Order: sequence, then structure tokens, then C-alpha cells
Amino acid sequence: MSDLFVSAPPEAERVKGPGVLRQLMTKPTSAVAIVILTVLVCFALFAPWIAPFDPSQASAGPRLGAPEAEHIFGTDLHGRDVFSRVVWGARYSLPVGAATLLLGLFAGGALGLALGYIGGRFDAIGARVVDVLLGFPAIVMAILAVSVLGVGLVQVVIAVAIADIPKFARVIRGATIVAKQNLFVESALAMGASRARIIVLHVLPTILPTVILLGTLNLGGAILSTATLSFLGLGVQPPTPEWGTMLSDGREYIRYAPWMMIAPGLALFLAIISVNLIGDRVSEIIDPRSQGRL
Amino acid sequence: MTASAMAPSTESAAAPLLEVEGLTVRFGEREAVSGIDLSLVPGKTLAVVGESGSGKSVTALSVMGLIPSAGGTVAEGSMHFETAVDGRIDLATLPEPRMRRIRGAEIAMIFQEPMTALNPVFTIGNQIAETILEHRGGSARAARAEALELLQKVRLPDAEAMLGRYPHQLSGGMRQRVVIAMALSCRPRLLIADEPTTALDVTVQAQIMSLLMEIQADSGAAIILITHDMGLVAETADDVVVLYEGRKVEEGPVEDIFARPQHVYTKMLLDAVPQLGQFADAVLPSRRPVTILDGGTARQVGETRVQDTVKSGPPILEVRDLVARFDVAHDLIGRPTHRVHAAEGVDLSIQPGETLALVGESGSGKSTVGKAIQQLVRPTDGDIDFEGRAYAAMTAAERQRLKRDVHSIFQDPLASLNPRRTVGDSIAEPIHIHGLLKGKAAIRNRVRELMALVGLLPEHHDLHPHQFSGGQRQRLCIARALAAEARLIVADEAVSALDVSIQAQIVQLLMRLQAERSLSYLFISHDMAVVEEMAHRVAVMYLGQIVEIGPRQAVIGSPRHPYTQRLLAAVPVPDPAHRVVRSSDASEVPSAMRRVGDPPERLHLTEVAPGHFVADA
Repeated sequence: MSDLFVSAPPEAERVKGPGVLRQLMTKPTSAVAIVILTVLVCFALFAPWIAPFDPSQASAGPRLGAPEAEHIFGTDLHGRDVFSRVVWGARYSLPVGAATLLLGLFAGGALGLALGYIGGRFDAIGARVVDVLLGFPAIVMAILAVSVLGVGLVQVVIAVAIADIPKFARVIRGATIVAKQNLFVESALAMGASRARIIVLHVLPTILPTVILLGTLNLGGAILSTATLSFLGLGVQPPTPEWGTMLSDGREYIRYAPWMMIAPGLALFLAIISVNLIGDRVSEIIDPRSQGRL
Repeated sequence: MTASAMAPSTESAAAPLLEVEGLTVRFGEREAVSGIDLSLVPGKTLAVVGESGSGKSVTALSVMGLIPSAGGTVAEGSMHFETAVDGRIDLATLPEPRMRRIRGAEIAMIFQEPMTALNPVFTIGNQIAETILEHRGGSARAARAEALELLQKVRLPDAEAMLGRYPHQLSGGMRQRVVIAMALSCRPRLLIADEPTTALDVTVQAQIMSLLMEIQADSGAAIILITHDMGLVAETADDVVVLYEGRKVEEGPVEDIFARPQHVYTKMLLDAVPQLGQFADAVLPSRRPVTILDGGTARQVGETRVQDTVKSGPPILEVRDLVARFDVAHDLIGRPTHRVHAAEGVDLSIQPGETLALVGESGSGKSTVGKAIQQLVRPTDGDIDFEGRAYAAMTAAERQRLKRDVHSIFQDPLASLNPRRTVGDSIAEPIHIHGLLKGKAAIRNRVRELMALVGLLPEHHDLHPHQFSGGQRQRLCIARALAAEARLIVADEAVSALDVSIQAQIVQLLMRLQAERSLSYLFISHDMAVVEEMAHRVAVMYLGQIVEIGPRQAVIGSPRHPYTQRLLAAVPVPDPAHRVVRSSDASEVPSAMRRVGDPPERLHLTEVAPGHFVADA
């Protein structure tokens, strides 16, 4: 091949290497988010060792006691230690939220992908049905689902997931239609690639950032929705320490004992914002085009 | 080269309108332009030439004062400009509010893509009048009257009606005329045209350039023409500045640059420019060595060899009476009322080892023919045979096999490679799809072998497409076609978007591969000069029908059909000694959309010479 000019890519310096986690840690916002989320996950995993009191033990301190050295987040109406309840609450709130989200995302994503990729009459009818379902407030849908499925933790997870399906299906359908129009999809079609191959290798990776963003932005919502159902008495039953239930418990005493809401509210807020920050960053990192801009 | 020898040799002692000295522009750490000097007198055209990334657009943006909004800084240098009202000022240090008064009024810019330069929600008349009111004030009525005058000046047919139209209702050429009218609205002293015709068809390009030249003669404005098209430079520029990697490497009057280029880069650039008619006396196309720059020194690669690769016998592909129509408008109950007749009775055949060029302007239906051959468009009527077997009669397995034998290379290589997969995976895709090789190691070796074959370093197989340059990406697409062991490659404008020096390399690569593997090409293009360099036969398409088809020498050397002649006449000649005077007509290619029940008249082709068919007028 002596007649050939062999040229090296202008950006040949390989930015290969640092794993997703390493890259997350290099930026302060996502590094802080990771630390916070790790702390909350540790709460969930090691609650019995971290919490100074039993979360359901009444009269661990004074009733509606203000924060002090022994009870750093104060105590509630029954004299239970709020900090211990927040720590134990991570055990319920985080997994329930995550399970709800994954279930909804999986079902809604599959529906949206099918509608967007197959298109035609199937999409025309399916997309209208999804639009009609979107017309119902998600919480009404969830209550409807619970009334069919019955009361309980698992039922709440399924109900909230079902209520989220139309929302996810619609966004993923849109992303799929855009992804399908890429020239590399057309060129794969021209090469004779099968439908499954195109979906798995070309469409899914292209819409992945959308899926991740959608997931992280909705994780907070999922945690809140399950909390709402618990508040309505349809989900996690008291005295189980769950952040949503704790929030609604504290609502009546906000003037006398604001810490009863501040502590679980803060935990919820930190969980949601750190998940969002991490999600933002992850969708940036997994896009190889952004490598040069790091 | 001394400084005095490099000064533009304009006879007139007129004071320079614009004098750029030591311009250095930085984007973050990267220096996009380093110490550039330019000088321009009124009434002259200065061409700034270079390939993508050479800093030519950055230079234009600097003069427009748009570098800060593009995220960069003018680090050093001065740009003295002679304004009409304030005298001589330095644009480099001018505060933004004052710059805004100059921009549009004294210095106007014409962009490459006219659609993005126009606001889609306002009428043409509104947009032009708005510009006039903004900079010069006056009554709305007077502004509108002037807008009408401007539209007539840029020779838009039916200017009165044009005032009330929206940008999407106009063709690309008409839009560019509107953009020029807007640029002229404040009678600028300096007009910057950044690749003004790159997005346009060649006949429209000729119209727009001659319009610009007439306007210049009329108004005495100076023009900075930014382009990579040396033909355009030769036809329109007075002086030329050549940029390479952000530095000025050569400067001089256009005749000197073309006749006696000094710098290796300029030499290479001129060497790469395909010249229409340079192979006029050869029956067959031939390969030629191309000059490449290898770390500052010029080197010739390749060899001269006649491309006698065509095999006689049965054709590899035969298209018979192909018809493709698309419904574009429907009535209330969903019956089609209008159709685009993209292909209307197209007949062509390709021999093994042959390159058939399919030439035409946008909307001629040439891409539709390519897509039908690729099974991406289902023809309305007609047959396509591959090696004597009709597509319509093929089984599913045969059709799948055909997707391996026929492979496409598109105009935009970046878009046709999945940005999330490594280039090695992309090249290996047809191998996986058709199960050509078993085992990871075997596939990996094959990919590395193919990368070396198309002139890439095999160890870069795990990089992603965005890390390569445009030409390298097109090499990747070619490697992918080779991985499929394709025998017919449909190359749809495959080299049109590339810089001219890269274009020459890719054309030579395609020709070498044709000789080595007896590949057939359907080379779809609008660029006559490239077609002449590479094609064995040429077919000219106009409004969905072939108007002329024949051996390259016959079609390009002695075109018979008026449309072919017009197409060839519009190609700029990269030789300033032979400038063609063009009239700036404003004719448009008519639309291929027709009412249902009103099909276009079928053209009948007559054989005027062996193998040379021309449509009856």
C-alpha cells in the first residue's frame, strides 16, 4: 500500500479510560451528589446500626421535643426520635421509589418504543390511547389501580408504575421516532439489518440519554407519589417510618414542631436532587461525542 | 517571499477600506487564527481560501465583530475599517453598541445556508423593510417601496408578489437572492460572503455569483469571498489569500496565485482541483497521483493508470422503465391530488467494473433512483434486475443477499455512522448482519485489514466517528462497503461535502478499489468536474427523466441536450485567464410535482452516436 496516504485522526489522543464513576467524581456537583446519595443508601442498608433509637419506640424523648444533642432532629408527637425515623425511612422510600420507577419505565418504554418504531396505523391508534390516558391525573389513575389491586406496599408500587406508563410511553415514542430518522439507521436498513438488531444496536443506545434523564427526573416524583398514596392510607401503613408518611404526620404540627416535616423533607429533597444531578452527568458521560469537552 | 512581494498589486492607489493586521483569535486554549494580515480596497473582491478548520470563517466573524458571541476572543491585532460616517475605526476594539450600528449597515454578511438566515415566521417584505427601518429609519411605506426595488435589483421574478411570501415558499436560489437583497438594503461598503453558493445547485450558483459581481460593479462595494471552491475564486476574485491551519500561507493577485503558486499548500490545493475538460481527449477516465501534505512537505501519492476496468458481457444492474411517484397532497377523503414524479421511466444499466454517473440538480430524482436500487424506495412501476434477476421475482433470502451486494455511501459520513459505536463496530456491521465471518478475532483482523486498505491506521478501530475528520469518515464508510463485499456501490454525493484536496484523495481511492476488486459504482453527483474525472458513462437527469446518456467523452465533450449544455456551462473554470462572462438570468428548475391525472410527457431518446442517447427536444 505504498501509494496510500495513511492519516491519523486529528483527535487521536484517546480519552479512553476513566470509568463513569471516576468521571462523576471529577466534577464537584456530581461528586457532592454521589456523597449524599451514598450516605442515604448507607442509612437504608445499615439503619439498625446508624439509628440511635428504635424508630417506633414511643417516649424515647419528650413529645414534640425540639432538636437537641440527644435527638438532633427532635422528637414527634409520640416522643419518637425523628432522626432514627428518617434513617429507617430510607429503607422504605428509596427502594419503593426506585422499584416504581423501574417498573413504569420498563413498561412505558417498551410501549413507546413499539409505537415509535412500528409506526403507521398501530402508532396512530396507540398514541391516541396514550394521549387519552394522559388526560387523567396520574394520582387518580394510581388510586384507581389501588382500588382494584388492594392496599399494601407492593400494590402501591404497581399502581404508581401503571399511572406513569403513559407519560414514559409518550416521551420514549417521540425519542424513538427521532432516532429512527438518523441516516445510520437508514444505512443499517440498506445493509439488511433486522428489526431487532436496529432497535438494540442503533435505536436503544441513541435514546438512552433520554431514558436516563426521564428516569432520574421522575425518581423524585415516584417517591412522592408513593408517599402521597401512603398519606391517603392506601400504601405504607403507620407506624412504618416512611418519608412521605412522616411528612403528612408532621403537617398538622408545622407551627409547633416544624422539625417533624423539615427532617424527612430535607431527606427527600437531598435524595431527589442528588439523583437528578447524577443523572444529568451520566447522560453527558455516556455520550461519546461529549468526551472532547470534558 | 518578502513583505513587499506579498502586497496585493492593485493598480489603484485607493486607500484600503479594510486593513487587518496581526489578527489572532482564540477559542479557549485553541488558536483558531494566528497573526493574519489582510487588506482590501473598495470595489475589489478578495477571496479567502482554505479548507474546513483553516480559520477562514473565523476571520469573517472577526470583521463582523461576532467573535465574542461565538465564544472566542480577539487576542491580538487590529482591524481598521473606513466607515462612511465616522472615518477610520478599529473594529477590534469597538464596543458592541457601536459595532451593532456598523454591522448590517456598513458591513453586511451573506451566509451559506439562506434558510437559517431568514426568519421563517415573517414575510420577505417585512424582513427587508425591518432591516431598512432598523438602520436608517424613515416611514414604513418608504421602506416597503425600497424593499420592492431591492428584490427587483436581485432579479427575483414577480417581486411584487414576493414581498408577501414566506421563506419556505421559495427555492434555495430565490432565498439566497433575498438574503443578498437584505444585505444590500443599507448599501454596505463591505460585503462578506461566507460560502454563499455551497448549498446551491451549480446553475443557481452561477446565477448568484454573476448577480454579486453585477451588484459590485454597480455599487462599488468591496467583497470578501470565503470559499473552498477554486473555480469560483478564479472566476470572481481580484486577490486571493490562502489560509492553512489558521495562518496565511500565501497572498497575491488571482492570476499569480493560479499561474505561479509559491507555497506547497497552495500548489496542492490547485493540483487537487478537478478541471472540467482536462480529460477531454481520453476515452476512459484515468487515475492520477495526488499531492498530499505530509507534515509540511508535499508528496505525490498514487499512480497514473487508465481505468480500463469495464467488463463486457451481461450488465450487473439493469433498471428498466423505473417509475417512482410520491403522493404529496390529498383531498378531504384521503385521495391523492398531487404527486411528485421523482422518476418517470428511467432506463439505465451498469456493467461490472463500470462507473455510471447520474448527474442532475436537486429535485431531479437522481437520489430516488439510487434508493430504489438499494430497496429503500419501492418503485411505483418498472423493473430492476441485478445480474439478470428481477427484484420483483426475488425471494426474501435473495433480497437479503442483494443488500450485501449493493451498498450505499451517503453524502454525510458522520450521520451515516452511529456516533455511539466504535468505528470498528460500524465497519463490522455488514459482517455481523450477513454472518460473513465467525469469531471475534477473525472479524477484528478483517476490520483492521479493511482500515489499512482505505488509508486509515488499524489501531484506531476503537475510536468513535466524531474523532475523525470528514475525509476519514468517508473512508470508514467505504471500508464498511468493502466489509460487505459489495459489488455495486451507490455513492450518493459521496464526495460533495468534502474539501477539494480530500475529495481528490477519496476519488482516487474509489478508483483504485474499482481496479482491484472490479467494483461497479453508481456515482450520483451534481459536480460535473468530479464526474468527468471518475465516470465511464454519464447519465443526465432532469425532472425525473434521463435527458442524455452516453460515454463520458461524448456527454461532457459534445453535449447535445440543452440542459446538459447549461449544466456544463455553469461549472466554474479554475483558470483566471479564461473567465467566462455569464448573464445573470433567474430561471428556475420547475417542480416535479404534478396534479393526479396529468403525468409528464415521456421523453423519447434517440441514439446520436454509438451508445450516446439524447432526448428529442
